Formats: sequence, C-alpha cells, structure tokens
Amino acid sequence: MTLNESIPLLVVLSSLVPGLIIFGLAEERSTLRIVLNLLGAVIKFALVIWMLWGVYNGQHYELRIALLTDLELVLRAGPLALLFVILSSVLWLVTTVYAIGYLENSPFRSRFFSFFSLCVTATVGVALSGNMITFLLFYELLTLATYPLIVHRGTEQARKAGQTYLIYTIFGGALLLLGTVWLYTLTGTLEFTPRGFVSQLDPSHYPALIMIFILLIGGLGVKAALFPLHGWLPQAMVAPAPVSALLHAVAVVKAGAFGIVRVVYEVFGVEFASSLGVTTPLAILAAFTIIFGSLRALFQDDLKRRLAFSTISQVSYITLGVAIAGPIATIGGVVHLVHQGLMKITLFFCAGNLAETLGIHKVSEMNGVGRRMPWTMAAFTIGAFGMIGAPPVAGFISKWYLGLGALDADQGWVIFVLAGSSLLNAAYFLPILHTAWFKQPPEHWHAEHDFGRHETALALLIPPIITALLALGAGLLASVAVSPLEWAKIIAAREFYQP
Amino acid sequence: MASLINTFINTLNWPVLLILLPLIGAMICFIWPRSAILTGLITLSAVLCCVAGLTWQLLEHGVYRHPVGGWGAPLGIDLYADGLSLIMLLTTALVGSAISVYSTAYLKPQESTRFWPVWLLLLAALNALFLSADLFNLYVTLELMGLAAVTLTALSATRQAYNGAMRYLLATLLGSLCYLLAIALLYHAYATVDISLLAQRVDSSPVSWAAFGLISAGLALKTALFPLHFWLPPAHSSAPAPVSALLSALVVKASFYILLRVWLEIFAPLGAGAVELFGLLGMLAVVWGSIQALRQTRLKLLIAYSTVAQIGYLFMAFPLASNRPQLWAAVLYLALSHALAKSAMFLSAGNLLKYGGHDRISDLDRVVQRLPLTAAAFALAGVSIMGLPPSGGFISKWLLLEAAITQGRWDLALVMIFGGLLAAAYIFKVLGRTFTQAATTHEARAVPASMEWPALLLALGAIVLGFIAIPMFGLIHIGDAFGLGGVQP
Repeated sequence: MTLNESIPLLVVLSSLVPGLIIFGLAEERSTLRIVLNLLGAVIKFALVIWMLWGVYNGQHYELRIALLTDLELVLRAGPLALLFVILSSVLWLVTTVYAIGYLENSPFRSRFFSFFSLCVTATVGVALSGNMITFLLFYELLTLATYPLIVHRGTEQARKAGQTYLIYTIFGGALLLLGTVWLYTLTGTLEFTPRGFVSQLDPSHYPALIMIFILLIGGLGVKAALFPLHGWLPQAMVAPAPVSALLHAVAVVKAGAFGIVRVVYEVFGVEFASSLGVTTPLAILAAFTIIFGSLRALFQDDLKRRLAFSTISQVSYITLGVAIAGPIATIGGVVHLVHQGLMKITLFFCAGNLAETLGIHKVSEMNGVGRRMPWTMAAFTIGAFGMIGAPPVAGFISKWYLGLGALDADQGWVIFVLAGSSLLNAAYFLPILHTAWFKQPPEHWHAEHDFGRHETALALLIPPIITALLALGAGLLASVAVSPLEWAKIIAAREFYQP
Repeated sequence: MASLINTFINTLNWPVLLILLPLIGAMICFIWPRSAILTGLITLSAVLCCVAGLTWQLLEHGVYRHPVGGWGAPLGIDLYADGLSLIMLLTTALVGSAISVYSTAYLKPQESTRFWPVWLLLLAALNALFLSADLFNLYVTLELMGLAAVTLTALSATRQAYNGAMRYLLATLLGSLCYLLAIALLYHAYATVDISLLAQRVDSSPVSWAAFGLISAGLALKTALFPLHFWLPPAHSSAPAPVSALLSALVVKASFYILLRVWLEIFAPLGAGAVELFGLLGMLAVVWGSIQALRQTRLKLLIAYSTVAQIGYLFMAFPLASNRPQLWAAVLYLALSHALAKSAMFLSAGNLLKYGGHDRISDLDRVVQRLPLTAAAFALAGVSIMGLPPSGGFISKWLLLEAAITQGRWDLALVMIFGGLLAAAYIFKVLGRTFTQAATTHEARAVPASMEWPALLLALGAIVLGFIAIPMFGLIHIGDAFGLGGVQP
C-alpha cells in the first residue's frame, strides 16, 4: 500500500480506532477518553488538509479493496468528496469539544463517544466513497451508528424516537440496495464518474433507469428528509444537543443530500438525468419540501423542533440546486452543503446552551435571554440571518446562486419558492431574535446553572462562536480561492464544461 | 525444512483423523468424565489443526478420495473431500471450537459431563457426513447426528426440554426414514449407493423421481424448511445456549448439505422442476419465519424463528442457481455466515440469560452498558443476519439479489428485500430494549470472559467474511462441485 493509497484509509481509521478503544474504556477514565477523542479529531483534520494540499498539486488519493472479483471497495478523494470531508472533519473537531463540555458528569459517556466516533467514521466514509457499493456500506453503517446516539437517554420516548428513525432509515436502505443492485445488473459497474456512467445504455433500458432513479432518490431522500420521508427527523430531537447538531449539520441529513448529489451528477449525469425527465419532478418535490418545512417550523414552540423543521426546509435547497440541472444552480446547491452545515450547527449549539445553562427549551421562554447570554445569542443571530439569506452571511451566497441558476435554466418559478421560503424563514426566526433581544428578561430563569465568570461553560461557548464566524467568513470571503464557493465552482465546471 | 513440512502434511490422512479423533475423544469423555473438558478442548484443537491440514492438502493437490480399507466403491466405503465438504468442515470446526470454549463456563458440572461425550460424537458424525461419498454412509451419519442432537436438546432435563426433544426426535426419525426409503429405491433400481456412480447411471424414471421426492421431503423436514419447521423453535429454544447454537448453526446445515450434494450430483442433470417448489417454500419460510420471530416475547424463540427464516434464503437460491451454477458458492457462503452469526446470537442470548436470569425481551435493560461485549456480539451478528454490509450475509445476499434481478425474478428479489426489513425489525426489537433504563428487578450475575468472547469472535467472523470472499470462494470451488467446468465466477 503506497502513501497515497493509505491516506484515505487513515482518514477513516482516525475516528474508527479511537471509537473502538473508547468502547472498552471504563466510565471514570475521562481524561484518556478526551485525549483520544481530540487526538482522533485533530489527526483527521490534519490528514484532510494534507489531502487537500495534495489534490491542489495534482496528487491522486485512491484506495481499492476487492470484495468480490468485480466488486471493489473504493475510497477516493475527488473535489466533491473533499468538500464534504473537510466539512465533516472541521465540524467533528468542534462538536467533540462541545460534546465534552455538554456531557460532563452525565452517565454512559464511553458509549456515547464511541458511537459518536463511529458516526463520524461513517460520514467520512460516505464522503470518500468512490462507488455506489462503498457508499451503501457507509450509509448503512451511519444508520447503525446513529441509532444508539438517538436512544442515548434511555427513556421510553427516546426508544420510540429511535424506533421511528430505524423504520424510516432501514426502509430507505432497502430501497437504496434494490436500486443499486438493479443498476449493477444493467451497467456492470458502480464507479462514480463525472457526468455519470449510464448514458451509454440502450434506450430500451430507460424505463428501468427511471425506476432506479426513483429507488435511489427514495432511499437517500429518507435521510435527506425529503417530503414525505421526513417524519423521523423532528422526533429524533430527543437526542442530546451535540448529536442533534451533528445529525443536522453533517452526519445523517447531509449524507442523504450528499448521496443525491452523487447520484444525480456521478451516476446518472445531470444532463442525462434531465433528458430522462426525472429532475423536474425532483425539483418540484424539493421546492414543496422547502415551503412545507418552513410552514411547519412557524408553528413550533419547542426551539429544537422549530430548528428541525427548518432543517427539512434548508436541506432541500441542496436537492433543489441539483435538480434545477444547470451549472449555476449546481454551484448554489453544492455550496449550500457546506453553508447549511455551518449555520445549522451554530443554531443547535446555541439551543443546547440555552437548555443546559438556563433550562430553556421553548421559544416562549426566551424573553430577554440575549442580555443573560449575549455571546450565545450573537452566534444564534448570525446563524438565523444566514438561514434567512441576509447578506453577508453564507446563506445569502447559496440563495443568490440558486436564484441565478434557476433563471439561467429558464425555471423562473424557483425564484418564487426562494422568495417565499426566505419570507417564511424570516417569519419564524425574527420573532425568536426579537424575543431574545428586546423583551424583558424574567426575574428568575427556569433552571439556571452557574458557570462562574462566563455566561456558560467555555467548552459550550467557543464552538458556536467558531462556527458562526465560519459561516460569516464563508459569506464575506466567498471569492477567496479556498472558500467553499470556489470549490463548488470547480465541481460544477468538472460536471458541465470539461471534456 | 519446507519440503519436510510438505511431506508431513501430505502423508497424514486428515479426513480419517477428522472422524477418528472426535470418536476417540467421545469415548475418553465417556469413560473418564472428570477429564471431559480437557479432553474435549484438546480434541477440538486437534480437529482445527486437521481442517487446516486438509485445506492445505486440497489447495495443493485438488480433491481427495480415499477408499477406506482399500476396497473402493461400489463395494467399500469411500471418503471424499472437495471445496464443498471443506467449507462445511471448516464451519463446523470454527463454530464448534467457539461453542466448546463457551460451554466450559456455561454448563453446570453435571451437565458438562453429559454434554462432552455426546457433542464429540455429534462432531464425529458431522465430519463423517461431510466426508461421505455414498448415500448409505450419509444415512448412517445423518442418523447418528440426529440422535446425538436430540440427546443434547434434552440435556437440561426439564419438562420443557423433554417436550422439545421428543418432537425433535420424531421429526428427525421420520426424516431419516424417508431418506432411507429413497436409498432403498435407488439401490434397487441402479445397484449402487455411491454418489458418483449413481450420477452416471440414474435416468429420468418414476423410481428416481420418487426417490428424489422422498429425499427432498425427508431432508426438508430435517432442515426445518417451511412448513416442516414445526419442531425447530421448541427444540432450539429449550436447549441450553451452547446446544441451541450447535443445532442452529451446524445440524440443520448438515441436512441441507446432503440435499445440496444429492441435488447437484444426481438429480440436477435430470433437469428437475422441483426448484420452483423449493423457491416458493423458501419465500414462505422467509416471510413466515421473520413474522413469527417479530411476534416472540422470548429472546431464544425469536432467534430460533430467525433460523427458520434464514433457511428460507438457502432454498430460495435453488431456482436462481439452477440457471447459474456459480451461485451455489454464494449459497454456501450464506450458510457459513449464518452459522457464525446465529451461533453468536444464541451465545449472546445465553449470556443475557445467565446474567439476568430470564430472556424476556421487554425486560432487557441497560445491557449495552453492563455487558458491552455481549451486546456488541448480538448487534454484529445482527448486521450479518440483516444482510447489511460489510458482512458475509451481505456478500451472499448481494449475489443472490443480483441473480434474481438479472433473471427477472422480481418475486424472489422483493422477498429478499422484505426479509431483510423484517430481520432488521426483530433484531432492533431486541437491541432497542438493551438501551432502556428501567430499574433492575433481578439479582444480576457476572458473566465470565470465556462466555463473552466466543460470542463476540463468532460475530466478528461473520463480519470479516464480508472482506475475504475472494479467497473463500476459491476454496469452495476446489473440485468443481457445481459443474462449472473450470469457469470461475
């Protein structure tokens, strides 16, 4: 195994190995556990940066392991993979710090961090997978690794939520498996290729291809929470805050959206997919989900539930960008993969801080909380403005490119969806901000914890500030060469313009 | 030096040792019950070595045929080993060793002295079965295996165990009787019971069809194919955990092996139409077994019904593999993965039973934190049973699914997918309970490492099979038991 082959494997192992060690670790050994967690996260981050540098300089990182004579496990660091893998490794590092602070003194930490690491392993695997079978492997691993995190609290409600989650995701996995095997029987290959590998098939197979597309998108749509497959997501809110943050920003939801990007661009090829006539229905479904999620979010008083419905809406921007099937919309969709992650993780961190510090779970309890916790609410405000699409936060960039892309592809109706969604976003985020900053705080907070000099524990405060700054930076510095936007442009160019 | 080792490995007669060692071990255990555990463990290690030696020998020299006493077929008894036998011997040795280690801690001393002689006898019968080259010898070993298995089922000496064992005894005797009748018919018509001689002589006549019908019915009963599975759940669930694991992992596979062997060598060339019936019953078994598993409230019954469902997959492969012989390797691989995963599950269930004093699924609380290795073993075995990657179960189901879609058999494909969903449902029904935090109502007892690790290692084995399919398929294809004519899949 050469160095360039081993690095993708090491990226996967850097969280798998700490996870397995932590599983066997006694509950009291918290120092060793923290060291292992952070070590894994830092090593992964360093390896990813190394790969990024290498890819800039024309290196090729690929590992192949044969499972059967014509079926291989492939890990490959292409531009799209790198975009997602960087997002995962950065956010894992931040979330680990947050989780250490959040779960201090709570029971079953070894179990929690073990599955937490496994979850990230699966996400990174999803990102790096170079063909459908590898993708499927890590996608299923992700389902299994997330389940213990959702039921972590061990209450009856958590068990029920876990059950719902499994019913949806296992069913989705079955659809994905069926679609993948069917595809394989037609093509004999599953290798992700820019502009797809199915367009050479005989036109007599087109009906089968449409069915396969439906199966694959159905399987991925469960995790991406596409309507009507979104039912598990609001229930999964019973999980601890760091899990919700990771679930919504990088791991589960994003893996589904990333899968849709892969299937449309690198299995079918977007031009072929639109000639099959499958992208327009997908765009309509995504648009409907955007509006639906926002509408439902309006009526939630529980902060985390409101954020969950907001996720349903926001993740569908990615699908929408993909399904518009034009180069500029592609940029918008792909870049939103990163932007949504940064913004949403900030919001969830903040929600976790409110719950942990003051016992606030509902929007109606947030009166004047901005004065008690200014830093947290400042980060929350940045995230919320990003979601609404206000410049200069990252969300604006996504919406701008989506809108331009829709016009470019002669799909003007999308503009109305974007505008309507932005209005709705404003309608459910601005009241929160108003309540938090301008209303009179109560005499006593519901269940206040004293964290000394700072408004809350530093391990809880620093992560949302970092991610909020990253979200701001991704918007302000969008034209810098290493920004997510520039990466998205490279990916779009590869899909549409290169020979 | 290397050549010395080579000569040593080639001069030893591994198959004969594989049969004799457990027989001798069984006798020693019977005569000196105090040394039973030691003798048993030594025998199992020796058997593992012999299988390794046989693997080497087959890889070097191809198939093995040994006329016992120098007589040769059709007069004498031939021992025969190819890839098909080897993989079964390998499964038996690996699973058997893990279960043996487990049983040293699980069984009470008086149970242990009864367990070892019978288990070693069962091992001898299994090994002899996989090495037999004629139908009558297969019958003898089949009967031996059945009786030893029934005895083991009754080991815990409770009323429930006797009931299960009695039903099992009747089923297994009826099954072997059908099989014996078929042999009589064949011997009468073709004057031989040697499989390869029969393969040359047999023709499409009422006698051979009647014989095939009897063999199929008898062995389907012994393999617990739906709707002849009625005896399996009570027998497998009432036996002590190591015995349940042996029965589910190895004993039902042995009768399936005979059916497969007889089908491949004698009846498939006749172009039998029975494959569709097998396929249909297999589908029903998957659906029925899984739904029954889902309805159970006791862990061991759930696992036993899961076996009924998994056996269905083995039979569902018949219509597919009859058009595409290389698929038989996938079927065997599925049997191997199931053996590892299912024994791991039964052993984990045994741990939970020892730990909590019961196996009510709804009262399994916080197991994940207290018996993490056991919970991990159950979960990993579950991954293979559900057919999720990476596992041996996934590799096999992937190949079967691919064949089903290629051949346009959507009925089979959809049942496979549906069966996977149901399997996930019943496995997570158990796993979901292990995370809950109800107050404990029982005195928990510690579970020794020698009970946790065998379960975990077996489950890991099922996962590892997901990565070593290529060399394993190479082993299975030694001797070309599926008539591929040198074409590797």
